[in-house]
Amino acid sequence: MFDQYIVCEDSLKTTDDNRTHGSVDVRMPYYRGLGLSMVEGVDLTIDGTPIPAEATCFTVHGNTYPMTELPTILDDRWEMGEPARVDFDVTQPLQPGEHVVSAAVRLRISYMPVPGGGRDTKTLTLA
Amino acid sequence: MLGIAKSGFRWPWWPPHADGVSTIKRGVSLYSYQEEFFLRTLSLEECIAHAASVGATGIEVIPEQSLPGYPNITDAQVTQWRGWMDRYGTSTSATDLFLDTKRHPDRWLTHEEQVASFHTDIDLAVRLGAPVIRAIINTPPEVMRDAAPYARDNGVRLLLEVHAPFHYSHPWILEHLEVMHAEGGVGLGLMPDMGTFVERFPRVVSDRAVRDGAKPELVDYVVKLYNDHGDTHALMDIIHYRGGGPVEMGLARQATHFIYRDPAEMLPHMDLIGHVQAKFYEMVDESTEYSIPYDRIIPVFDKGGFTGFLSSEYEGNRHIQDAFEVDSREQVRRQHAMFASLLGERTDQRQGA
Repeated sequence: MFDQYIVCEDSLKTTDDNRTHGSVDVRMPYYRGLGLSMVEGVDLTIDGTPIPAEATCFTVHGNTYPMTELPTILDDRWEMGEPARVDFDVTQPLQPGEHVVSAAVRLRISYMPVPGGGRDTKTLTLA
Repeated sequence: MLGIAKSGFRWPWWPPHADGVSTIKRGVSLYSYQEEFFLRTLSLEECIAHAASVGATGIEVIPEQSLPGYPNITDAQVTQWRGWMDRYGTSTSATDLFLDTKRHPDRWLTHEEQVASFHTDIDLAVRLGAPVIRAIINTPPEVMRDAAPYARDNGVRLLLEVHAPFHYSHPWILEHLEVMHAEGGVGLGLMPDMGTFVERFPRVVSDRAVRDGAKPELVDYVVKLYNDHGDTHALMDIIHYRGGGPVEMGLARQATHFIYRDPAEMLPHMDLIGHVQAKFYEMVDESTEYSIPYDRIIPVFDKGGFTGFLSSEYEGNRHIQDAFEVDSREQVRRQHAMFASLLGERTDQRQGA
């Protein structure tokens, strides 16, 4: 329902001099906040290359968690419309310029018999 | 007094709910502003202020949407909320609860945990001043049964939403009705969602499918079958046989989740109905919702003596946001203009709408 707003515009950054660490902001495609244990993952793909979950971590309101540990987090939430920062590692340095960023947010919604969430792809410009 | 009024004297203070004026109250669920609230173009206070500006006196809130930190809502947040209710002349008409049975990745929430989850939401509703609580449709009847005493003790009522594709003779609802009747309807009741009265397929949904690349002939097939109130049980199969892809299949699935029932089916249950979610997809002007015949629904509530809130629930944003600017405020304003007219409010008594 909010798929087109998942990847935040102008949010792609590199976070180290080697340009092999980066971050991008994503929002949850849902009309309410959700406990992190029900966020099964945010799958990132940069320029067609999937980033392994083990190479990403997830930050909301200052709290950082390894992406793979979200299912165990019972005392924190991803609020409605809140940009979460996803930090990631890549093997090749990220060059300045345009990059195609895809994010698939996988949610476990209790009243839905099928997996919840959504995906979005945007072309973002890296400084 | 009434005799004078009826003889044509224009009484300056028309008694509330006198001749021709409905006892139904107008409210808004903040769900209606989800597009703007998500994008941070409207603040929580601005949503409340808008609802009040169209004459709504009841504010329905989804705490998990509007109040960061749920379920640990601070006293400061509650004070701020109650201050807004005072400032805008509104009251909290309802809170909406969810039941996260799949909270843990490896197991279902136990019955005791589900009841405890309800208790948490009852406590919060009391703090926010809500008299009724929307219980989500996936709530098992036995959880309603075992949470009812705590609701009663706290002076609030748990209302099961009757949301499409469910209806009043559906087995799941019948199981719930049995529990409600056994309980006496004091701590339990129903909250009808007007999405069970979708008479005509919402064009915002079919238009979106076309924009997303659906084959027009398959879109037409789905819309016509729905509008003819035909059998949609095998619709996804048929669309598959006709070569439909994910977009067409998605549309077909939606068609099986909209339903149209006779609004009069609510009449036998009116004593249990404590609040109404006035779902809508597109107000085409100030008198017409494209899909849902409110002009035939509101008389049913009047006939049943309903005195609760008709609470706006705009849900069109998700279907138009790809191509159009969403204006939830204008949609809510139009729906309330329609309500004011259908409820018999005199023009000089209306606020905003």
